[in-house]
Amino acid sequence: MSQILVSKRMFKSYRMGQSRLDVLKGIDFAMKPGEFVAIIGASGSGKSTFLHILGALDKPDSGEVYFENQRLDRFRGGQLNHFRNKMVGFVFQFYHLLDELNVLENAVLPAMAATGTFGWIKQKKAVTQRAKELLERMGLTQRLRHKPYQLSGGERQRVAIVRALINQPTLLLADEPTGNLDSETGRGILMALEELNRDGQTIVMVTHDERIATRAHRIVRLVDGIIVENG
Amino acid sequence: MYKLILPKRYLLRRKITYLAILAVALCVFIVVVVMTVMNGLVEGFRDKNHDFVGDCIISTDSLVGFPYYQELLSRLETEQYILAISPVAHSYGLLSRPGSDQNLGIEIMGVDPIRHSQVTGFGDFLHYHKNDPVAAFTPRYATDRMGCVVGIDKMWWQRDRAGVYTHSPTPPQMELILSTFPLTAKGALARADLDAVLTESFLYSDDSHSGLVKVDGNMIYIPLEKAQVLFGMDGDTPRISAIHIRFTSGTNLTAGTNKVRDVWGAFVTDHQNRTYADLLDHVRVESWIVNRRGAIAPMEKEQTMLIFLFLMLGVITVFIIFVVFYMIISYKSKDIGILKSVGASSADVVEIFLRFAAFVGLLGAVLGAGIGCAFLVRINDLEGWLFTNFNWQLWDRSVYAIGEIPNTIEWEVIGLIIAFAVLACQIGAVIPTIQAARRRPVEILRVNQV
Repeated sequence: MSQILVSKRMFKSYRMGQSRLDVLKGIDFAMKPGEFVAIIGASGSGKSTFLHILGALDKPDSGEVYFENQRLDRFRGGQLNHFRNKMVGFVFQFYHLLDELNVLENAVLPAMAATGTFGWIKQKKAVTQRAKELLERMGLTQRLRHKPYQLSGGERQRVAIVRALINQPTLLLADEPTGNLDSETGRGILMALEELNRDGQTIVMVTHDERIATRAHRIVRLVDGIIVENG
Repeated sequence: MYKLILPKRYLLRRKITYLAILAVALCVFIVVVVMTVMNGLVEGFRDKNHDFVGDCIISTDSLVGFPYYQELLSRLETEQYILAISPVAHSYGLLSRPGSDQNLGIEIMGVDPIRHSQVTGFGDFLHYHKNDPVAAFTPRYATDRMGCVVGIDKMWWQRDRAGVYTHSPTPPQMELILSTFPLTAKGALARADLDAVLTESFLYSDDSHSGLVKVDGNMIYIPLEKAQVLFGMDGDTPRISAIHIRFTSGTNLTAGTNKVRDVWGAFVTDHQNRTYADLLDHVRVESWIVNRRGAIAPMEKEQTMLIFLFLMLGVITVFIIFVVFYMIISYKSKDIGILKSVGASSADVVEIFLRFAAFVGLLGAVLGAGIGCAFLVRINDLEGWLFTNFNWQLWDRSVYAIGEIPNTIEWEVIGLIIAFAVLACQIGAVIPTIQAARRRPVEILRVNQV
């Protein structure tokens, strides 16, 4: 089976005043469609930076990143927006929902971003139906009209997962999805991710928690910007 | 769709937005009120000058005047675009009262009251003969005597603080003596061998209130024929100083004036070999605007300066919006990161915040314009109330010729001000918006995560 995501000799550093902080020091990574990979590492090991580059939210300083055999690190403008909108869904540790929108509106946001006003009018019914199904699957049927501040942390994260899935992306990236939740709620989120993976969803999850990482098919361990374990 | 929903929600939910709306509303309110009042003052002043001159004027500054005017009048009367014409003799003299040693320098205008009323607002300026100018020079208390119309500020009528002149119910019986220095067609004193001064007694018949300070404070109107005698413009070749012209409705001012100029040109050509033809050389044909430019231009300059000052107020609006949007966008930077992470382009983000700015501008401008219009509608009542209760007036009507505060709302101007306010908001918002939209989502989200 061909690889869905590949990175070769990926380097990334940040300027910190006069000095330079090397975050990623030549990452080689590959994953197949349908895999559930956990990237684990201590705080500052570069795992979130790695995930952001895989999700095209950031760019590497050097090296190559391939998504379905296309050079992701060379995507520009509309190509980049299309990738973020259609190909990848992002789940953040701090949920990052829009306070002004309710649960349903947050869930369909990527679908709205994909089209203009008239296009949205045409597809609104179908997208809303899909969002409701996903929200029902996440146990949020009673919360459709609630604003994010009216939800618990776990509920917010489940809304974020629905938002990430609304455009049926090839790849789901989760950055510490349980990092801000209590263990019970975190377990629920993990179960949701496992269920999605069973349905064929490719998932890359960043975590610093060994127990959570064991729920994935494969663990990639990062230490000081280098992969020290891959399997 | 989210590009409509989000600006609307930002508008309703962010308290700081209300400050921005209030700032825009305040600026628009001030501009609407000041521009309307200033426009009204200028327009009112222009109208008064128009009423005083008519549409077009053939005139000379020479105190000698110009001859052959009857022929010119005949030619002008045949022109289809001319509604009415009024020959006028104009000069200077002295005014005194019997038994008084005091002489006042004055301007004297000789007019045919009926013709002059057809061309100018003369009939409307009168008090006792208002809109009945036929008997303007016939004193009611002595119909067999020659009367004169006196500029209202030359009279001794009291003017109250509301600007209203208090007339007695019947015209006061008053004799006025006019002294002039008649000139020959060559400009010499006509009565050099006799007493150079010609004196004539008139009875007060009415007063004239044109609203023009200089006119109302200096002018005395008498019958045209009498003025010609007093100025030395009578005789075998009678002369006048000007012909005031009113065009028919719908005649373009410039086009009409040009046609009159053509008539005048032909008239001069036909008379170039006649006696006193040189007096025709310094006669001008002008529209009322050109003729009164000296009076109107300073006020128009003041208006231009005010517009410039209010453009600076617009700059302040832009700056306020810039600051407010800088704060709003800093506060909403997380949203920008989220939107970009789900595939919204930088242009989409800019569009959202520019729409938000447009909503702020539109709401603020409509609010400001609405309050401004309401204020303008009641501005004279409000001033009246302040005067009644606190003895305060914007200006003292017993001193200044302007009556009510002008408050005619011009919707085109209001529309322009609203459009400018919306534009100002866009300009104020565009820099922080573009700055924010250009940031990479990961920069924003990482900061917000911390």
